[in-house]
Amino acid sequence: MMLANDPSQLRTEIDARVAAGETEKVLLSIQELWRVERGPASAAFVVSRCEGLRAQARFLVFRIAILRAMTIEPIVPLLRAAAFTYGIDLQVHVGDFNAYAPEILDQQSSLYRFHPDVVILAVRTPDVAPDLWQEYGEMTPETVEDALQRVCASFQQWIAAFRRHSSAALVIHSMERPSLPNFGVLDGQRSTSQVAAIAQLNAEIGRLAREQMGVFILDYEGLVARQGRDRWNDPRKWLIARMPIAADQLIHLAEEWMRFVLPLTGRTAKVLVVDLDNTLWGGVIGEDGMAGIKLGSDYPGAAYQSLQRALLDLYRKGILLAVCSKNNPEDAMEAMGQHPEMVLRPEHFACLRINWNDKEQGLREIASELNLGIDSLAFLDDNPFERERVRSSVPEVMVIDLPEDPMLYAAAVRNHPALERLTLSSEDEQRTALYQKQRQRVAAEQSFQSKEDFYRFLQQRAEIAPLAAASLGRIAQLTQKTSQFNMTTHRYSDQEIADLAVQPGWRVVSIRMRDRFGDHGLVGVAITHDQGNTCEIESFLLSCRVIGRQVETALLSHLARSAAQRGMDSLSGWYLPTRKNAPAGDFYPRHGFQREEQVGENSRWRSPLGGAPLTCPDWIELTVANGENK
Amino acid sequence: MSVLVFERVRAIASDILGVPAERITPDSSPESIEKWDSTQHLNLILALEDTFQLQFAPEEMDQMQSIAQITKVVESKLQSR
Repeated sequence: MMLANDPSQLRTEIDARVAAGETEKVLLSIQELWRVERGPASAAFVVSRCEGLRAQARFLVFRIAILRAMTIEPIVPLLRAAAFTYGIDLQVHVGDFNAYAPEILDQQSSLYRFHPDVVILAVRTPDVAPDLWQEYGEMTPETVEDALQRVCASFQQWIAAFRRHSSAALVIHSMERPSLPNFGVLDGQRSTSQVAAIAQLNAEIGRLAREQMGVFILDYEGLVARQGRDRWNDPRKWLIARMPIAADQLIHLAEEWMRFVLPLTGRTAKVLVVDLDNTLWGGVIGEDGMAGIKLGSDYPGAAYQSLQRALLDLYRKGILLAVCSKNNPEDAMEAMGQHPEMVLRPEHFACLRINWNDKEQGLREIASELNLGIDSLAFLDDNPFERERVRSSVPEVMVIDLPEDPMLYAAAVRNHPALERLTLSSEDEQRTALYQKQRQRVAAEQSFQSKEDFYRFLQQRAEIAPLAAASLGRIAQLTQKTSQFNMTTHRYSDQEIADLAVQPGWRVVSIRMRDRFGDHGLVGVAITHDQGNTCEIESFLLSCRVIGRQVETALLSHLARSAAQRGMDSLSGWYLPTRKNAPAGDFYPRHGFQREEQVGENSRWRSPLGGAPLTCPDWIELTVANGENK
Repeated sequence: MSVLVFERVRAIASDILGVPAERITPDSSPESIEKWDSTQHLNLILALEDTFQLQFAPEEMDQMQSIAQITKVVESKLQSR
């Protein structure tokens, strides 16, 4: 097992594995190369090798357009290489130099013809507000105010035009401040300072972005500050190549873009599985004991407390936490439950695997207990040996590298793009509580004779409702994240759902579930449209939390009844098999649908609405909220 | 010309230009390597700056028109550091 690898040796190994046709191992070696050497040279290598693997590797294709008033081309290979290491094949369109405004405003522009999934507006303060950037000394409070209004009006116009022409996500760079204000330290003494004016501009752009769905702010000013403004800027390259960013900083912009790309593609971790000894605290609980482990507000225990705070922030963003560690469970639970300096407590974890089994088994058990695919897991462990074992035995799990110094652990977690989220639904905030209730349900299920008895005991209540503003975010999120019980796996953005719902004949309905253990929230979505006398089911999906409880029958019975009321005479839909949606495979035949068409692996099913009605199981109490999609 | 610096320049040029290292000689230039256009030239300069932690002056970039010239400029910058 190789831990620290030489980049040139890795290149040789990658090419040997390509020649041997070992696709999965090639991808592991490419990820390793990218970990030890991220730069323009390795990026070109990674991109060329991954492009060669397209036929075998099943990359997810995602389209990104970058609008700019600077030379951005050298960042493209870095971005594409980073994306390939997450299994994403980014198709990149770079806008014409300094043409971002007409490209956004004109519906016929190359931007919209490219059909992007996400658009990055990579403009800088000197591009959109040259006066605020370098002529501030001449400006009066009135002309500053005029300039702010002018720039905000432009952004407002761009955002509105973009939303009219495209349902893609839009990521806008915030405006940076100059390294030294035009008036030096005097700037800080003035009521209308240059630095304050640019901060105000950013606040306004942020407000404009929040008014529209799918428009996000990338904190470019914060990124530049984090990396060091004087290291970031390369004024000489700006003058000779219109490239304002230093060569060794380009990777940081590519990685910042990835923090948006991963959540937009859904390639994020849903669960972070953590180790205990030397990860959540310093030392080994079984040897050092409660008094001996390092955890507290002083050095060295503070490093572990700040990691725990970073994990708590993930928990608050709706990412589940779980433990997979090799300890005596009594020792570990005592520390987690009783140690006065712990930030995290057992109730923050949705699942615990504390035993002496190997971690591969623990990770598989955690995925199965939480009813999630193994590729929903990320893994955090201080021990490079454990990390390497997980990488090679369960390559689907996203392994997070930790630096040697525990003081840097928290930053490694906060920096990881797979732990980013772009939106927060109320379900996210309550997710761990939901999973804890699930644990109680599983315990109850085991004490019943038949499934039906158990279902009755659960007292399930379902509520079906048309699309509403409050549920839009969660509905889009479910279409993006649900892979198992999903008939067609069509992914929709918030904006696309909103657009669909107002098309004539289209309907977006959702189902919420509650039972005696608690509220599951919004767990299922169906999108239909009427064509002639047929109600066509475009999308039908169910959160994995409620698979196997006949919620799908409840939702389908509603579709049938409502279609019949509109005068439709049949219901039909496709099943498009993927690697993951086998649980949905028998859905249509199980409900009496007949196969009507077969195209490769894809099948189309139909059920007449005249005969025996599709009914909701009597153990689910179904209510339907009225109203059209509004 | 230092063999060590030449080998590293050659490896970077091989990655960026997508040409096997064996095909890159001190005489290789935008004229002899088809993929070596202005975009790739900028990428090559940036990769060299990133790898060797340097920043080239515009005058130095003007001189860097072959692998041998590039190696010479990199070498002199490394020595004067």
